[in-house]
Amino acid sequence: MQKKSDSLERKKYLNKIKLTKVSIIITQITIVIAFIILWEVLANKGVIDSFITSQPSRMLKTFMNLSKNGLLEHLGVTCYETIVGFLSGTMIGIIIAIILWWSKFLSKVAEPFLVVLNSLPKIALGPVIIIWVGAGTSAIIVMALAISLIVTILEILNGFLNTEEEKIKMARTFNANKLQILTKIVIPANISTFINSLKVNIGLSLVGVISGEFLVSKAGLRILNSIWRPGVSTRLSNGKCSNTSSSCSINVRSRRPTRKINIKNQKIWII
Amino acid sequence: MKQVLRLENISKTYQAKNGEIEALKNINFSVEEGEFVSIIGPSGCGKSTLLSIIAGLEEKSEGKIYIDEIEAEDVSSKIGYMLQKDSLLEWRTIYNNVIFGLEITHRKTKENEEYVRELLKKYNLYEFKDKYPTQLSGGMRQRVALIRTLAIRPEILLLDEAFSALDYQTRIMVTKDIYNILKNENITAIMVTHDISEAISMSDRVVVLTKRPATVKKIEKIDFEMENRNPMNARKSPKFSKYFDSLWKELDVDAKEK
Repeated sequence: MQKKSDSLERKKYLNKIKLTKVSIIITQITIVIAFIILWEVLANKGVIDSFITSQPSRMLKTFMNLSKNGLLEHLGVTCYETIVGFLSGTMIGIIIAIILWWSKFLSKVAEPFLVVLNSLPKIALGPVIIIWVGAGTSAIIVMALAISLIVTILEILNGFLNTEEEKIKMARTFNANKLQILTKIVIPANISTFINSLKVNIGLSLVGVISGEFLVSKAGLRILNSIWRPGVSTRLSNGKCSNTSSSCSINVRSRRPTRKINIKNQKIWII
Repeated sequence: MKQVLRLENISKTYQAKNGEIEALKNINFSVEEGEFVSIIGPSGCGKSTLLSIIAGLEEKSEGKIYIDEIEAEDVSSKIGYMLQKDSLLEWRTIYNNVIFGLEITHRKTKENEEYVRELLKKYNLYEFKDKYPTQLSGGMRQRVALIRTLAIRPEILLLDEAFSALDYQTRIMVTKDIYNILKNENITAIMVTHDISEAISMSDRVVVLTKRPATVKKIEKIDFEMENRNPMNARKSPKFSKYFDSLWKELDVDAKEK
């Protein structure tokens, strides 16, 4: 009906919306560029110590160097681990939240356990996880899962329980059963809760993966992380770097840690 | 006339940790087909509870409810229930909101969808069928909610303060619209309200409840002896203020304040 021909006012309105969108994106890009330029300039002028903060041009150089030596492959591994951890954390979290929403009894029973599990320092469990699932990708994914799962359950369950009572009552006036209330009211009403928890989860999964890689990685960004440390990277040209903060030494030529993986050393890493 | 609803000795006691609350006590009345009955009473007397019990959403402690002479136990498919809030689902279009009840009750047939479209056209909402609830005004939303309820073709419509969330002008317009819709479709209605004039303007009879534990204090028959009665011209009738005074006295608002 309104599609016939847009009035001048409507065109103005639509233009305004478009303009706002574009200017938001432009501002965002400007902020990033300004930040990088400022960083570079301040480091060059010596206002900030590039030994500690590094600087964009050197990062680019290192990035190029590392790219030749399989950075993308490591990046891929980390992304893969993060996505698997993130997806499984979200899915399992949603399923458990649904179960707890369904049964008030179960959710009352589970409440103290969830609070305790949530306050547990998951990263400290790392060594135990390695013993349980083995030192490999699975340990890293379990780590990512451990960090994101409980938060997901708590957040989504909270969203479910806060669904507008009136809407549920409305559905009940049509004699809706619990499954219908779940699929037609509670889940669609919580789309924004899901999106929020996805946003939080992707970050948490990455934290989980990186800390997992600290412990057991054979591949992934963490391997390169030690080389990225500004204090270490200056010695890159020697072809060898020794990471003094741990018992690991890395042969840059082969980009492979020469450390032996043993649980005792792992402990030193995380403490 | 056919009796469609009868309440026999309905009582309701709430159990709480710190004791019992007697909300309703021995409520008796019946409603005939096509009739519009309002329930008024002091605030907090359990009017809405009574309606929820009739709808089958809440359990009664004692008593029996008969719909078409059959004892009702669960939520009856013959009853439509309209709440104070329209509770339109903002992620669905108007059309999908209207067919929500049909979807839930598995009655989304071609025939019923056709009926819904007719209702939308009849009550000037058809052109908005692809819009979302946030794009509609309060009065329109309330009409959408009514059509959602009517879509399942209820014999009895329960209105729980259905208009009190609307501003005064919209409210007058919507009550008029809804009154006409109900009379057109020959639907029996029971309305809970705290607004005496709204009750008089729409009802054939007004049930006055006492304060808690609520019992029926009086059933006032409203008859303006006019043809084509509607809430608008009822308000203009000389008998209107007479009914108002009488119901005001029954409600005993002054006595409570002393």
